Amino acid sequence: MTGQDTRHLPLEDLHQAAGARFGAFAGWSMPLTYPAGVMKEHLHTREHAGLFDISHMKLFAVGGPGAAALLNRACPLDVGAMEISQSKYTFFLNEAAGIIDDLIVTRLGDDRFMVVANAGNAVEDEKHLLALAAAFDASVQPLDRVFLAIQGPDAWAALARAGIETGSLLFMHGIEPRQNWFMSRSGYTGEDGFEIGLPEADARDLLAKLLEDERVQWIGLAARDSLRLEAGLCLHGQDLTPEIDPASAGLMWAIPKEVRAAGQFIGADALRSILDRGSSQKRVGLKPEGRQPVRAGAALIDADGHPAGHVTSGGFGPSTGHPVAMGYVDAALAKSGTKLFADVRGTKIPVDIKPVPFTPHRYRKG
Amino acid sequence: MPKTYFTEDHEWLRVEGGVATVGITDYAQEQLGDLVFVELPEIGRKLAKGDTAVVVESVKAASDVYAPVDGEITEANGTLSADPSLVNSAATGDGWLWKMKLANESQLDSLMDEAAYKAHIG
Repeated sequence: MTGQDTRHLPLEDLHQAAGARFGAFAGWSMPLTYPAGVMKEHLHTREHAGLFDISHMKLFAVGGPGAAALLNRACPLDVGAMEISQSKYTFFLNEAAGIIDDLIVTRLGDDRFMVVANAGNAVEDEKHLLALAAAFDASVQPLDRVFLAIQGPDAWAALARAGIETGSLLFMHGIEPRQNWFMSRSGYTGEDGFEIGLPEADARDLLAKLLEDERVQWIGLAARDSLRLEAGLCLHGQDLTPEIDPASAGLMWAIPKEVRAAGQFIGADALRSILDRGSSQKRVGLKPEGRQPVRAGAALIDADGHPAGHVTSGGFGPSTGHPVAMGYVDAALAKSGTKLFADVRGTKIPVDIKPVPFTPHRYRKG
Repeated sequence: MPKTYFTEDHEWLRVEGGVATVGITDYAQEQLGDLVFVELPEIGRKLAKGDTAVVVESVKAASDVYAPVDGEITEANGTLSADPSLVNSAATGDGWLWKMKLANESQLDSLMDEAAYKAHIG
C-alpha cells in the first residue's frame, strides 16, 4: 500500500491534539501511542478506562427477509436462534474452512443484523458479503460511522457520567441507543467495556464529555495489541488467516453444536472433515522464560531440536510483567506444560505452553 | 575531556582515552517507547561499523543498535538486564548500552557533533 492510499480517521485532529504518534495499520494512519506511552496506557485500561478510536473497523447493516439466511450461509451460525440484542463472535470461512475474517454479528431485530469486521479485511468482506447477498432477499449496507471503544472497569461509570446508561446491557449484547448509534458490550482487551458506532458529530459531543473525566484516557494501537494478546484474543492476519480453520485455532466454541452438525455455511464440509480427522496444528498460549520477548515469526522447536511450530503473536505483557505469545504447534504437543524453545536471532529461549488468557477476563455477564 | 559524537542512527558516543561509551539518544528512546528488554553484547566481541551490537526490545518491537565505529566490546551495561527502562528515563546517562575500545579513531571524524545532530532530527 502506497502513502497516497493511506486513510485518515475522521477524528484525526483530536488525536493530534492529544499528542498521538501515528503509524500505518491496515491502510490507515492510526494513533500508535500517546504521550503516556504503551506501558502506562495498557495499565490505565486495566485499572480505569481506556478510550480507543477504532473507526478503521467496518460496520455493515444487513437486513431484509433473507438476512438471516444470508448470514447462516456466510457464517457458521444459526442467527435465527439468537435473541434480539444478542451478539456472537463468528467468522467468514472460505470453502476450505479457512478464516477470511473474524467478526461480531449482533441481532438488532427480526430481520436486522449488525456485522462488525476488521479493518484489514473490510474491502474483501464487503465484496464477499455483497456477492453472497445476490442469492438472498437481503441488503448489505456499509455504514459510515465513527467507531469508539471504551474499555476497563470504569468504562460503564464514565459512560454514565457522559449521559449513556449501560446498566442492563450484558457482555456480548448490542443495542441502538440513539438514531444511527450502535453500542455493544464487547471489546478486545479482556476487560468490561463497550464499542460504540455513531455519527461523527455525535462522537465529538460524546468525546468532549468523556475526556473531561480523569478516569478516561486515549489509548493507542500499541497498547490495544498488548491488551488483546494478554487476553488471549486473536488478531486476524497473524493468529488467524485464510489458511487456518476454527478447529486448529481453538475457536470451535464460537460454532453452536447443531450448526457444526447440520449447518449449511460456506466451508461446512471442509470443517466437518477437519473435525473428523483432527487438526495437525493447534493454537496455544506461550510463556517465554525470562524477560526477552518472543515475537511473531519465531520458529518453535522441541527439546530434540525438531520443528514444533511457530509464533504468530508475541510481545511483553505490561500487566503480567513478563513476555507473552501465541502460536501454533503440532497437535500432539498442544498441552499445557509442554516445554519448547523459540529461536530468537539464533538464541534458544525456553517457552512453556500455557492456557490463555494470561490475564483473567473481567466481562460483565450478568 | 570526553567528547560526544552522534550518528544518523540516533546513537551517541562519549569518547575518552580511546574508549567510547555508546547509547541511544533521547529522540531514539522516545521513538521506541517503553523498553522491556536489552540484549547485551559479549565482552571481547569485535565489531565492524554497522554490525548489530545490541537489540533493544520495546513492548511492540525489536530494534537493532549498530556499532557506530569499529572496535572491541569492553563492557556492557548489566544494570539494564534488571531495569531496561533506564534507557527511557536516562538515555544519555545511566541508560548507556556498551563500551568499546576504538580500532580506528579517525572514523569519529565522520560523525556529528551535538549541534549537527540536533539539526539532523529537526
